[in-house]
Amino acid sequence: MSFGFFFREAVRALKRNAVPSFAAVATVLVTVLILGVFIPMVQATTGAANEVRRKVIADVYLKSDAKQADVDRVKRIIETQAPHVGSVQFVSKQQALGAEREAGRGDYYDLLGSNPLPDTFRVTPDEPDNIGQVRDALAPRSPSGGRTVIDPAIDEVRNREEDTAKILSVTRVVKLTMALLAALLVIASLLLIANTIRLSLYARRREVEVMKLVGATDWFIRWPFVLEGVMVGVMGGVLAVLLLGVIKVAVVDPLAADFALIAAPDTMNFPLLIAILLLASVGVSALGSGLSLRRFLRV
Amino acid sequence: MAATERHIRRRTERPAAAPAKAPARPRAIVDFRGVSKRYSSGDIGLDEVSFAIQPGEFVFLVGASGSGKSTTMRLLIKESEATEGTITVAGRSLDEISRRRVPYYRRNLGVVFQDYKLLPNRTVYDNVAYALQVTGGSRREIREKVPDILRLTGLSLKLHSYPDELSGGEQQRVSVARAFVNHPPLLLADEPTGNLDPETSIGIMQLLYRINRTGTTVVVATHDVTMVDRMRRRVIELAEGRVVRDERVGGYSAREETTEDLGARLWGDVE
Repeated sequence: MSFGFFFREAVRALKRNAVPSFAAVATVLVTVLILGVFIPMVQATTGAANEVRRKVIADVYLKSDAKQADVDRVKRIIETQAPHVGSVQFVSKQQALGAEREAGRGDYYDLLGSNPLPDTFRVTPDEPDNIGQVRDALAPRSPSGGRTVIDPAIDEVRNREEDTAKILSVTRVVKLTMALLAALLVIASLLLIANTIRLSLYARRREVEVMKLVGATDWFIRWPFVLEGVMVGVMGGVLAVLLLGVIKVAVVDPLAADFALIAAPDTMNFPLLIAILLLASVGVSALGSGLSLRRFLRV
Repeated sequence: MAATERHIRRRTERPAAAPAKAPARPRAIVDFRGVSKRYSSGDIGLDEVSFAIQPGEFVFLVGASGSGKSTTMRLLIKESEATEGTITVAGRSLDEISRRRVPYYRRNLGVVFQDYKLLPNRTVYDNVAYALQVTGGSRREIREKVPDILRLTGLSLKLHSYPDELSGGEQQRVSVARAFVNHPPLLLADEPTGNLDPETSIGIMQLLYRINRTGTTVVVATHDVTMVDRMRRRVIELAEGRVVRDERVGGYSAREETTEDLGARLWGDVE
């Protein structure tokens, strides 16, 4: 009889305490709604920031008289001796000239008569923040303050310092702010839900006391409360997800075509988001009910 | 009363539980030995209290407020623990019962409180049924026992009322019904008539007496002088945490006055 009994008890409690139950459902609804809007926003923003950060690279210019053997050796050095190398792209003299021609500057090079552009390796670090280490490995600082290179075939290693510094600091601030906001929001949601549940339990603490005096075990009392929490979580969560679905279809999808930020590639897909939100709302309210009850079980 | 008779039959079928045919030295159902209770505030709830209650007895625990009646009751339902001494209930020391086993211990007790302690969200029927559901009673058992006990307590017509729709006396009857539906060997009542007028109180006492007649030991903590004097049962008087009087057949106070006289006088006071 157990589960059926606990289930009926939970339904009875929900019905007889309509106002607190409604408050709990509304709390879950609002918090899930906010989280549901905020999570994709955070993801889109960090996605955009990461996109920008991917532009952080180091250019390794070779001397203009470098032979194919030098090119191969430097490539091996970059791949084996430098730490934190994500990927290496080789741009030969000819390719560089081709790129310049495509940009419409071919005439100037024709005037020169020869190709002054060096062979170049474009080194992308595994993490944008590691760009400095890559550079230091390929062109260590010398005691006198300048830089030396680790291979005679390398002319210079540059990482477009100005841009890099700006990109790194700006995107770091954006990401940190977003992470902080997300953490605060999650904490606020947890507290809000826990408090609402606590209030509705507090109103019924006498009931719990009576149950204990009649000889009910802790879990006999707790199960209906946990199930009640599950039901509140499901109701609030489902309502919120429905609303989110409406918002997505009516507002976000039409906009996504026009705005890159909303269509950012890194946002999680909608079904996954829904699943996470539902699980979280059910889990938090069930756990909240079960745990908050502990105080009142000490009779 | 069908329920009572059935209950008596059930008890006499189990010879060990029949108090009437108890052996020459019957085992006490409640045994306090040198029990003291000190609260963390330093107040003394009980001070070296010793008494024994035999199965089937009807005992009044009397005394002024703060004399230790409620402390005694709280210790008996294991809501708190004695600081010193041992309490034995039905041959079992309460110290041995772990926190986890307390619910199972409580199922062998019927408890009635001054403030009824009913579940506000349940009907009369469901309130009584809850005591059976707690023990894992089947639906059939509930359907059989609950109407019986409600008939015994005179609540047959109030089955589907909620506690806030009942008078104080009716609520206390529900509380008694709930305490007795498991047919516990021991029924504790803490000021059961404390919130009731004298007439209603008489009804509740009659009910407790009827339950006592089925062989259940009944312990009533009260300061209802009239009631104690009229019932002429065993009286244990506490004062400042000590037993100051324990009479087989006593009145509320130890005065040399016939109980009838006292009763008449007190009735006069009340009315």
